[in-house]
Amino acid sequence: MAEILTPGDENDLANIIAEAVTAGAPLEIRGGGTKAAVGRPIQTAGVVSTSAMSGITLYEPRELVLSARAGTPLVEVETALAENNQELAFEPLYLEMVLGEPAAPSTIGAVFASNLSGSRRIYSGAARDHFIGVKAVNGLGELFKSGGRVMKNVTGYDLCRGLSGSWGTLAVMTDVTMKVLPSAESSQTIVLTGLIDDIAIDAMCAALTTPYEVSAAAHLQQSFVARLSDPELSALGAPLTALRVENFSSSVAYRIGKLGEALKAFGDISVLDEDWSQIFWSDMRQLKVLQGSSDPLWRISVPPKSGAKVVESIKAHHPTCQAVYDWSGGLIWLVMPPISDAGASEVRRAVAASGGHATLIRADAATRTAVDVFQPLEDGVTALSGRIKAAFDPHGILNPGRMYAGV
Amino acid sequence: MSFLVLPDPDSGVLARRGKIVSQLRRLVSNKSSIIDDEDGRRAFETDALTAYRRMPLAVVLPETTEEVSSVLKFCQREGLPVVPRGAGTSLCGGALPLEDSIVVGVSRMNKVLDVNYENRTACVQTGITNLGISSAVSGAGFFYAPDPSSQLACTLAGNLAMNSGGAHCLKYGVTTNNVLGIKMVLMDGEIIEIGGGHLDMPGYDLLGLIIGSEGQFGITTEATVRILRSAEAARPMLLGFNSNEAAGACVAAIIGSGIIPVALEFMDKPAIHVCEDFAKAGYPLDVEALLIVEVEGSEDEIDDLLGKITQIAERHDPLVVRISQSEEQSAAIWKGRKSAFGAMGRISDYYCMDGTIPTSRLPEVLKEISRICEQYKLRVANIFHAGDGNLHPLILYDANNSEEVEKAERAGAEILKLCVDVGGCLTGEHGVGIEKRDLMTVQFSHTDIEQQIRVKRAFDPDWLLNPGKVFPLDYQKTR
Repeated sequence: MAEILTPGDENDLANIIAEAVTAGAPLEIRGGGTKAAVGRPIQTAGVVSTSAMSGITLYEPRELVLSARAGTPLVEVETALAENNQELAFEPLYLEMVLGEPAAPSTIGAVFASNLSGSRRIYSGAARDHFIGVKAVNGLGELFKSGGRVMKNVTGYDLCRGLSGSWGTLAVMTDVTMKVLPSAESSQTIVLTGLIDDIAIDAMCAALTTPYEVSAAAHLQQSFVARLSDPELSALGAPLTALRVENFSSSVAYRIGKLGEALKAFGDISVLDEDWSQIFWSDMRQLKVLQGSSDPLWRISVPPKSGAKVVESIKAHHPTCQAVYDWSGGLIWLVMPPISDAGASEVRRAVAASGGHATLIRADAATRTAVDVFQPLEDGVTALSGRIKAAFDPHGILNPGRMYAGV
Repeated sequence: MSFLVLPDPDSGVLARRGKIVSQLRRLVSNKSSIIDDEDGRRAFETDALTAYRRMPLAVVLPETTEEVSSVLKFCQREGLPVVPRGAGTSLCGGALPLEDSIVVGVSRMNKVLDVNYENRTACVQTGITNLGISSAVSGAGFFYAPDPSSQLACTLAGNLAMNSGGAHCLKYGVTTNNVLGIKMVLMDGEIIEIGGGHLDMPGYDLLGLIIGSEGQFGITTEATVRILRSAEAARPMLLGFNSNEAAGACVAAIIGSGIIPVALEFMDKPAIHVCEDFAKAGYPLDVEALLIVEVEGSEDEIDDLLGKITQIAERHDPLVVRISQSEEQSAAIWKGRKSAFGAMGRISDYYCMDGTIPTSRLPEVLKEISRICEQYKLRVANIFHAGDGNLHPLILYDANNSEEVEKAERAGAEILKLCVDVGGCLTGEHGVGIEKRDLMTVQFSHTDIEQQIRVKRAFDPDWLLNPGKVFPLDYQKTR
């Protein structure tokens, strides 16, 4: 195991990277390391963690803005926000327990570096949509910034989004600034039971074409329902479709009523009140129903109405695969049996037919070496991505090859 | 105007103009797609920053992505600068041609290609107007959220280039938050597709890099955008205060209470008067500052929310609290705000600034703006997207008086420096263009700019796309 370097500030970090350039020795970049098992396995002489650069540096609730050092634990940020009835509206995912027991907490920098958003993504946007300012060190050991602390800003190119979802391959973030939003006063969730996948997706898409601002829409196949925290739901013994409404209390009551009417053709409706609603969506944030297994796990993004078809098509070849749908059908968490390629060829074929992308989130290192973890790109986009990598990290020092060979 | 230097045209290119035009003609199927006569080109010599004008070498209005590709490939081979153009509504000179440049406009590619209501997406050609997208889906109760004031005329292509915002972006976000995929032609003619009908893109967030790159990375010809179901209803209210401080405190209190209105607009006294004269919107004339606050939902929900906002406002001693009572009143309230620039244009030439500031600094920034303009003996009116801190000071001047022109530019530069000093930025939604190009070093270090330039070169190594803009010319020497 390589030594883990924990620079205390951006200057230390810049020196470490500059030395790595001189030595021609690539570095693995991580926050808390909770997602270190995502991506193509890489071997580097050194590991750099941002964990010693920690702490909230600015929080102005009335301006809806928070800045933190990149190594600040996500939970610290969320706790500070909760004290002011605010939140990260994109519901950052807690992947830890799906990937294995974490040694250190996940960090706010990694939230943006991975751009993994939770169920509210369909309503509030992704992590990248809330990322308004960054300071980072590039692969030359140079400190640069982009964006700022105001949420409307088109001054210069948008490098915040450029770094979003780049998994530490372009630059090491040292400070991140984000837009935060008030938490809704109240939330309730409509539950439909017994729907097969494609009917459930019809119901979710129908709900999202109403004016009632459904903030999350998920569907769990029967085998997963039993693993939910809510004892009543886990005893259902049937597939479950959940639609969340969040707002002021009086609006939630009104909207849940209207939504129920709009969906009654899909079957009997029950409603989770505030507390149980929170518990259900907290399960979704932690991917609770996908924990406790080491079977390959795919994260697939497709147009919502194609979700069931994509799963059906993969199932034709791998009948035991199982799906959890989020984003009204547009996000599929697909658990595959432990086969040699993790089902990559069928997953990619099915995704190609509908348009979208698939990432192998959980698999052993041998599988992640053998198959493409991230969605393969078209030739033109691959070439452009290589040039972007070179624009930030021309010597290939930062997480080289983690996303794609040569990037 | 005299301040800004543009790159010198290449005399060799100017000399072979005839040959270039005839070669361009061979690349398009419809001969009217090439405009080379003087009258025709004159329509493209400027944009909404009318103080700067340059006659382009020629204008091409392609009808297909493939034609865009052929034209760019030709220009790359010939070393010809290309200036992409939507509708030419840029306020910062983003679409200003150079004399040795080919203007490539997307206005003839303006069709809706596909709408999928269940997936909440629309695929369109980028020459469509911003409002054209909403119009195409409004029959089904949907809309495209970003709403720049120029939405009647401006194209999606321009919105993509500038990452345009609008009055309603406090709730719905700006262009980059509402686009899922694009088809784009790179300078070497390669056609790439990024993203699509699904959420988030694989690999690097190239979409995020491209949106807001001011036409310097490529020319987008198609886009898949998010469309949203319209709220059941929307209604604005007016809140008038006897000081900018009170209005600013009220804005902070509304947001602090957990309410995010769909729009939260601020006007100071000079702006109120000009807009009221023009639009007869019913704005109170005896207040120092006016807020337009709009909320959405069912009629009952709206009553409830406006009631909550009224309670908050009453703690800040409002002089006027007036809730719109009809569709007509609502339309008039918005007409006043959205026609602010046009209304101002009736009484004077004006220079529209676009800095963003932390909202808590509003009162002191407004005071300082007044001081700066008084120092230059210029009048100023302020319009402000108060929820997100985007400030639009309109500096009034006489365009036929070269001394005033220069004073207006100097005052503008001081105001933008002030925005940066208090923690904000040079431009919130209009873009840098040529206008703020030389101020980039106020906000960014040399390393910051060099990093951006390296990204630019990843798309366009020869600096042929929209040159002379966004960065000080010293940084663009490869041209």
